[in-house]
Amino acid sequence: MKQDPADTSTGKNRRTFFTQAAAGLGLLALAPGVRLIDMAVGGNDGKNDERAVTGAVRWGMFVDTTKCARGCTDCVDACNMEHGLHGFDRPQTDAQWIRKLELRDDQTGRSTSLPMLCQHCENPPCVDVCPTGASFVREDGIVLVDKHICIGCRYCMLACPYKARSFVHEDLTEQRPHSPRGKGTVESCTFCVHRVDKDRTPACVEACTEAGHGALVFGDLNDDGSAVSAKLRALPSTQVRQDLGLNTGVRYYGI
Amino acid sequence: MRYLVLALMWSLAVAGAGNLNAEVTANSKAAGLQQCVEPTEFMRKNHMELLLHQRDQTMYQGIRTTEHSLVECISCHAEKDPEGNFVAINAKDQFCQSCHVTTAVSIDCFQCHATKPEVAGLSGANFSRSLATTMDVAIAGPGCTGRYRP
Amino acid sequence: MRQRFTTLQIGWKGYWFTLAILGLVALTGLLAARYMEHNGHWVTGMSNQIVWGMPHVFAILLIIAASGALNVASMGSVFGIARYKPLARLSGLQAVAFLIGGLLVLVLDLGRPDRLIVAMTTYNFKSIFAWNIFLYTGFVFIAMVYLWILFEPRMGKFSRQVGLFAFLWRFILTTGTGSIFGFLVARDAYDAAIMAPLFVAMSLAVGTAMFLLVTAAIFRLNGEHLEGEWIKRLRTLNGIFVATVMYFVVVQYVANQYVTQHHGIVRFILSEGGAISAIFWIGQMLIGGVLPLIVFFGSRFQGLRWTLIGAALVVAGTISQLYVIIIGGQAFPLDLFPGKQESSGFFDGVVATYSASPQELLLGTGGIAASLLIIVVAVRVLPFVPAVQDRPD
Repeated sequence: MKQDPADTSTGKNRRTFFTQAAAGLGLLALAPGVRLIDMAVGGNDGKNDERAVTGAVRWGMFVDTTKCARGCTDCVDACNMEHGLHGFDRPQTDAQWIRKLELRDDQTGRSTSLPMLCQHCENPPCVDVCPTGASFVREDGIVLVDKHICIGCRYCMLACPYKARSFVHEDLTEQRPHSPRGKGTVESCTFCVHRVDKDRTPACVEACTEAGHGALVFGDLNDDGSAVSAKLRALPSTQVRQDLGLNTGVRYYGI
Repeated sequence: MRYLVLALMWSLAVAGAGNLNAEVTANSKAAGLQQCVEPTEFMRKNHMELLLHQRDQTMYQGIRTTEHSLVECISCHAEKDPEGNFVAINAKDQFCQSCHVTTAVSIDCFQCHATKPEVAGLSGANFSRSLATTMDVAIAGPGCTGRYRP
Repeated sequence: MRQRFTTLQIGWKGYWFTLAILGLVALTGLLAARYMEHNGHWVTGMSNQIVWGMPHVFAILLIIAASGALNVASMGSVFGIARYKPLARLSGLQAVAFLIGGLLVLVLDLGRPDRLIVAMTTYNFKSIFAWNIFLYTGFVFIAMVYLWILFEPRMGKFSRQVGLFAFLWRFILTTGTGSIFGFLVARDAYDAAIMAPLFVAMSLAVGTAMFLLVTAAIFRLNGEHLEGEWIKRLRTLNGIFVATVMYFVVVQYVANQYVTQHHGIVRFILSEGGAISAIFWIGQMLIGGVLPLIVFFGSRFQGLRWTLIGAALVVAGTISQLYVIIIGGQAFPLDLFPGKQESSGFFDGVVATYSASPQELLLGTGGIAASLLIIVVAVRVLPFVPAVQDRPD
C-alpha cells in the first residue's frame, strides 16, 4: 500500500520548495525595481535594458577596400585582442575570425587588400545546415553560434562560402569574459555582439577608425540616416559571391 | 524491509543535504552583500534554471541586464587570493565547488566561459568593480536539496 | 521444405579469440577517440581547412554499406526473389551492425560528443544533417523490427510490408547521405544533385561487396562455402552496381567539365591534385571500377575466390572514392573572388593539405571492428546462418 505523498516528509519538502519558489517568483513580480544587488553594486553602465532585439534594425558593415592598405592588420589585431584569440602557433588550426585577404586580378594584375569576416548573411548557409540549430540568425541580422548546443560537427564550416568559421581545436583558458569560447565548438565573427548590444561598434571598426584609415563603417542598414547607409548610397558596393543570393550584411567597395 | 531500506537512504540523504550550505567565499564581493539577484533560498534551488533560461534570452534576444549576466555572477562570487589576484571560480574550494562537488553535478560552463573577472588594464576592455567589503557573512539556511532540475 | 537456420559453429577457443581481436581493435578505436576529445582536435590531421577527415571516410563507408547490405533482404521480401530469402537474416544483421559502427565513429569524432543527447533531441529540420541523424537512428530501429519479423514465424506475413518500409527508408537515408554533400552550394566539388543517386549506387555496390565478404567469412568459419548459385547472382549484381557508380561518376565529371566555372575542380581531381588525383585514378577508377568489372563479368574469374577478390576491390575502391569526395572536395580552395588569385594567412587560394593522424585511422578501424563484433556475437547466439541441406538452388 502506498503512502499518500502529501503525508511524508518528502511531501513536506516538496511543498516547502514550491512555496518558497513561488515566494521567490512573487518577489520578482512584486518588486522588480528593488534590487539589493543594484544598490550594493553602485549603479551599472545604464544599459540595463530588458528589451529583446528586433528586426527593426539590421546590422551591417561597409568596407572601402581603397582605404585598405596591404600589410595593415589593425582590424585583425583588434579582433584578436577583443576576443582573446591568442593562437598556439599552429596556423592550420588557430582560430581566425577576421583576416586580411590579398587579391590579385588574373587578367589585369591589379592588387586589392580587404578584410574577410563572417558576412552575416540574411540567408546563411551555415544556419541552414546546422543539425541542432546552434548556428542562427538573430532578429537584428547578426549570425551567431549558440555554443551551448553546438555539437562540434563542423558541417557549417563546410557550408560557409567565405571560410568564416573556425573550430576550437584545443582546451582554452583565460577567455575574455564577454567572449566565451571553448574546445569542440565552432565560432566566427559575432559583429562584437556584446558591444553592439550596448550601443558600441565592433572592435575592428573602432580600431580602423581610431587609426585614421576609415575603411570600415558599421551601422544599421535599415536606417537611412546611418553612416553605413550613406556610404552605400554614395559608393557602388557589391557582396562577395553575390551570385549565391545570400544578401550579406557586409558590402565591399573597390573590388 | 523495503521501506526500512528506503527510510535509511532517505534519512542519509537529508542528513547529507543538511550539510550543503553553499557559502560565498570569504574574500569575494558577494560576502559583503545580503543576497544575490534573488533571495538565497531561491538561488540555491533554482540557479540552474535561471542560468539555462537567461543564457537563451541573452543569446537569442540580446538581453544583457545585470541579472542575466554570468559575468556579473562571477565578478561578485569570485574570490581574491592573498596577493589580490582573482582565483578561478570553478577551482577547488571556490564558490561553485562548495556545493557541486558534494552533489556530484559536474558543470561544463567554464570550458567556454571565463573563470575570473577581468581586471582593469587588460587591453582597456571591461573594468571589474571594486570589492564592497571583506566582512565575513556566512549565509545560513537550509542547504541545497541536491536535486538537479534540468 | 522450410528453411532451417543455424548459429556460428566454431569451437569456443576460436570464438573467444575472434572476439578478443575484434574487441582489442574496437577498444583502441575508443581510446583514440578519447585522446582526440581530451586533447582537442589539434592532435588530428584535421584543421580549419579540412574539417572532415578519415573518421568521416570510415563512418560514411559503414553507413552506406549498412544501407546496401540490407538490399539482399529487400530482394527477398520486397521483390519476391525467393532464392535470397535465406540470406535475409544475415543481411538485416549486417545492416544494423554496420550502421551502429558508422554512427559510433561519427559521434566519437564530434567536437562535443558529450552533447549527443542534444544532437538526438534538438533538430533544425532545414538541415539535411539533422534529417540524417533521424534517418540513421530510425534505420537501426526499423532494421531490428524487420529482423524480428523474419525470426518470428507468426509475423512472417508482414515481411513484405516491413521489408518495403525498410527499403524505402534506406533509399531516403542514402539519398540524404549523398545530399549532405550535394546541398553544399559553396564548394565546387559538391554542389550537385547527382551526389544523391551517386551515393545510392555506391551504397548498393559496397553494401553488396561487404555482405559477400562477411557472409563468406561466416560460412567459412562454419566449415562451409557460400553456395555457388548465390555467388553467381550476387557477383553479377555487384558488377551492375559498380557499373552504375561508374556511370554516375562519368556523368558528374563530364558535366562539370562542360561548366567553365567548374574547370578548376575537374582539373584538380583529375590531374593537378597530387595524391588526390592518384587516389582517384588508381583507387577509385581502377581498383574500384575497372578491375571489379573485369572480375565480376569475366568468364575466367568465376567461383568464390575471385568473387571475394572482386568484393575486396570494391571496398578498397569505395574507400578511395570517399577519400576523394570528402577530402579532395575540401582541399580544393573556396573561390571567393572568381577571376582573382587570393592569398591570406588563413590558407585562402591554396590547396589544403591533409595527412591522417594515427588516431583518426584507429577510430575508423575501431568502428569496423565494433560492427564485426556485433555480427560475430549475434550469429553465435541466434540462428542467423541458413543451414546447408535446405538451401534452395
